[in-house]
Amino acid sequence: MTSDLISNLWVFVLAAFIGFEVIKRVSPLLHTPLMSLTNALDAIVVVAAIIICGRHKSTLSTVLGAIAVAASFSNMVGGFVITDRMLRMFKTTRTKKS
Amino acid sequence: MNPLTAQQLIDLAYLIAVALFILALRWLSSPASARHGVLAGEIGAALAVLATLCNYEIVDYKWITVALVVGAVVGVPLGLVHMTAVPQRTALSHAFGALAAAMIGIAEYYVRLPHVAKFEMVEISLEVIIGSLTFTGSLIAAGKLQEILPQRPITYKGQNFVSLSVLAAAVLLALWLVFHPEHSRLFPVMVGIALIFGVMLVTPIGGADMPTVISLLNSYAGLSAALLGFVLNNKALVVAGALDGSSGFILSVIMCKAMNRSFTNVMFGAFGQVQVSAHAEKEERTVRSASAEEAAAILGNANSVVIVPGYGMAVAQAQHKVRELYDTLTKKGVDVKFGIHPVAGRMPGHMNVLLAEADIPYDKLADMDTINPEFPQTDVALVIGANDVTNPAAKTDQGSPIYGMPILEVDKARTVMVIKRSMSPGFAGIDNPLYYLDRTLMLFGDAKAFVGDIVRELAGGH
Repeated sequence: MTSDLISNLWVFVLAAFIGFEVIKRVSPLLHTPLMSLTNALDAIVVVAAIIICGRHKSTLSTVLGAIAVAASFSNMVGGFVITDRMLRMFKTTRTKKS
Repeated sequence: MNPLTAQQLIDLAYLIAVALFILALRWLSSPASARHGVLAGEIGAALAVLATLCNYEIVDYKWITVALVVGAVVGVPLGLVHMTAVPQRTALSHAFGALAAAMIGIAEYYVRLPHVAKFEMVEISLEVIIGSLTFTGSLIAAGKLQEILPQRPITYKGQNFVSLSVLAAAVLLALWLVFHPEHSRLFPVMVGIALIFGVMLVTPIGGADMPTVISLLNSYAGLSAALLGFVLNNKALVVAGALDGSSGFILSVIMCKAMNRSFTNVMFGAFGQVQVSAHAEKEERTVRSASAEEAAAILGNANSVVIVPGYGMAVAQAQHKVRELYDTLTKKGVDVKFGIHPVAGRMPGHMNVLLAEADIPYDKLADMDTINPEFPQTDVALVIGANDVTNPAAKTDQGSPIYGMPILEVDKARTVMVIKRSMSPGFAGIDNPLYYLDRTLMLFGDAKAFVGDIVRELAGGH
């Protein structure tokens, strides 16, 4: 079991470094869409929620799982919708003239 | 070698999803490629969800379907809110994300009872505590941003001591549960205390610090998702959580730097702020004011204009009038740019979104470091609805509460114009010496109406 902990720590540390490097390069223009996009990506917890909800171990876990599915899926859907809406508004002088 | 099992195929789908997530963030480096990023993220997320639905552990799809439908029904309208409401929507989505993570952690605890290994219990407690406090903290932040709750910091004597004691109580309960996981009655108590702590964490923080708080809560939401990945041994969650967490962390650092504040100062400094009222040297200083006609004449004859918008511009809904001003001046051959302070607006990058919505091309939006060296060659700096971020006292007056905060150096421009309702000090209650400079013209009035008047003058007077 502890070997899982170690391998998860590996993944966490490496992913955090990738995160720092990639996000440092995000244009300050796009910091609001960045936050809504990472929010949508973070909603990947829906996959864990789906399993908790569907494996039906107890009524409690099904109910908690269902709440988690609804909460995270709304983030996923809403997050992608609003990020795309925002990004569509960003135009340059060139695209505006053409 | 045996063919891949179903579980391995699902894991592979997660790996592809995570790789797409990293690409999605990579493409955000430029507005030109950013929309590919959203598509990559969507494909990754869809892949992960579809793969998960094939998991053999799932025996009943009824509630999953109901919950997915509810999620979509709630999520779509939240994706269609007004651009001025994006900060509260974001705070709300941090709350939802943290709620989901906390719920799953709680469910896992009860499923694994009565035998929970010590290190598993450490992971679960930590995850549930962070998830719960982020949930209530984000709800309070959303309430403040939506102005359902008072914007000003709510403080009382000994607040930090009380708050930290509450957090300590949650941690002690968690420790107890690590050694005695079977005492399951204590678990909801721990969750309850963490929920209360979340409220106590955000209520003492004022409206002006919201950009930092939102970023910090973003980081916590990511951290709780990553910890959930540890609990469930799911590496997709670990990676997505780490990405979200580091993004929130970077943004909070940027926000803190932009206000010359430290984390501890933002989180625990609220009650130190009361004596801001400062020793008022009430010598009568004169200001020069100008009419829309005079302002239009100066702007029309300028070669270069930098517009500095603040949240006041968005409150007055003036961004579309500002766009008209931009169009009119550009047509006359004036070089118009926008100088954007990192804390303009109510969350990181908010002002850029508001201006992009008003159809102002993003290559005209310059950040602080880019625009500051250009002010000495700028004919007119036009400040609309911004105050503290232009206050030269931040550079010169060591006694000023905002001393050390990086500002947009509009006072270096040849002429400064400030659109303002009246001379009353702004949100933070700090006087701005900029208004008394010889080269400053005060344009008194509502931002939207005044900019509209200037546009009309420019159009009429060839």
